[in-house]
Amino acid sequence: MRELLVGTKKGLFVLHGEGPGPFEVTERAFPGDVVEFAMRDQRTGRYFASVTSGFYGPRLMHTEDLSAEWQAAAGPAFPEDGDDVLDRIWIVKPGEADGLLYAGVAPAALFVSTDGGESWSRNEALWKERVAGDWQPGAGGLALHSICPWPGDPQRFAVGISAAGVWITEDGGETFRTGFDGLVPGYIPEDAREGTSALCVHNMHRAPTSPDRLFMQFHGNVYRSDDQGSSWTDIHEGLPSGFGFPMVIDPADPDSAFVIPLIADVDRTTPDGAVGVFETRDAGATWTARRDGLPQDDAYLTVLRQAFGAAGEGDGLELYFGATSGAVFGSSDAGRSWFDVAERLAPVTSVRVA
Amino acid sequence: MPVVTLRAPLKDLAGGNSDVTLEGGTVGEVLRNLESTWPKTVGWVLDETGRVRTHVNVFVNGERVREDAAVTAADRLHVLPSISGGA
Repeated sequence: MRELLVGTKKGLFVLHGEGPGPFEVTERAFPGDVVEFAMRDQRTGRYFASVTSGFYGPRLMHTEDLSAEWQAAAGPAFPEDGDDVLDRIWIVKPGEADGLLYAGVAPAALFVSTDGGESWSRNEALWKERVAGDWQPGAGGLALHSICPWPGDPQRFAVGISAAGVWITEDGGETFRTGFDGLVPGYIPEDAREGTSALCVHNMHRAPTSPDRLFMQFHGNVYRSDDQGSSWTDIHEGLPSGFGFPMVIDPADPDSAFVIPLIADVDRTTPDGAVGVFETRDAGATWTARRDGLPQDDAYLTVLRQAFGAAGEGDGLELYFGATSGAVFGSSDAGRSWFDVAERLAPVTSVRVA
Repeated sequence: MPVVTLRAPLKDLAGGNSDVTLEGGTVGEVLRNLESTWPKTVGWVLDETGRVRTHVNVFVNGERVREDAAVTAADRLHVLPSISGGA
């Protein structure tokens, strides 16, 4: 039995089921509030939910038992003597040490927990880069939304920021360097691109079996890096559009990536009214449309940044994504066929396999 | 001491109390004391900088005020969400 955590504009939905679905809604939490992101730390079993009240602001909640009361973490929160106010928690990501977790938030900052997510402190090195830099927000805010640990080495990880590019550390977050080379911000004038940090990363993932390699969904392109995120190669040729938000990879295959193209930034819907997941198994040289079982007529869906999750690997890779229409789709065979997981939830912000 | 009147969900976070008596000479001080007395309310009414959140309204004796407004021992504060449209 598979457990899905589906964050929506109207709370967290917990679904249980098996492919080919549909799944059953077994729990709902935080009704009325936006659940930006929800995940389960597989190491401890602890669930996390990023909850934003339209009135009372954002907070990170956690529980060990979905049927029990959720507890508020101590943070992430900005220092009381500053001018910044937490707007949104975009992601929570386990690190490569016991109790280590990262949280990416808006306005763009990295928070770190060393006690399993009970308490959080801001990474000051990246914050200093933000203060010193001219970081600009994307349409969704100035958001640190992607965190890519290096398997087995807590000293090395990379983060992706909209719209401030890729930042890489090799000393556990004491210092950061940029990973901007090759990224082309087509949304600003050509003569203003040189040296800009206005790089709108939409999503970024590291291949765990070949950690020098990362894949990125950018604002108008898809990229691959073979040098730990330092430089990037455009691999969007063969896709109906270079624009999109979510991305997943097959952890067993460093040449794999899955994206869900949308028309463009001015029309963030699935091209031609047809829903397609596009898969590469050759590091972006070619792309294959995976549409079997997905709506192909008059289906103008928007799939948000965190609304694509996966479990397993290889031929048994399970894929799940949700749309702002409230529909959730699943695949139990690495995308070769799809089924309806849920048809009418609230607008989906996040999908993760528990 | 000023009395703070709370509605759900703040009431639930304050142990189910709809009326809470707290010390403080300003709205901000009273609300910080609410947080220290009932830690589950931390961050709900005041943001990190100590300002009343944009979509929360605080009234003192019927007048909408901000965190720097003075209060007296005889005052009653109402804390409630703003009337907002949208979905």
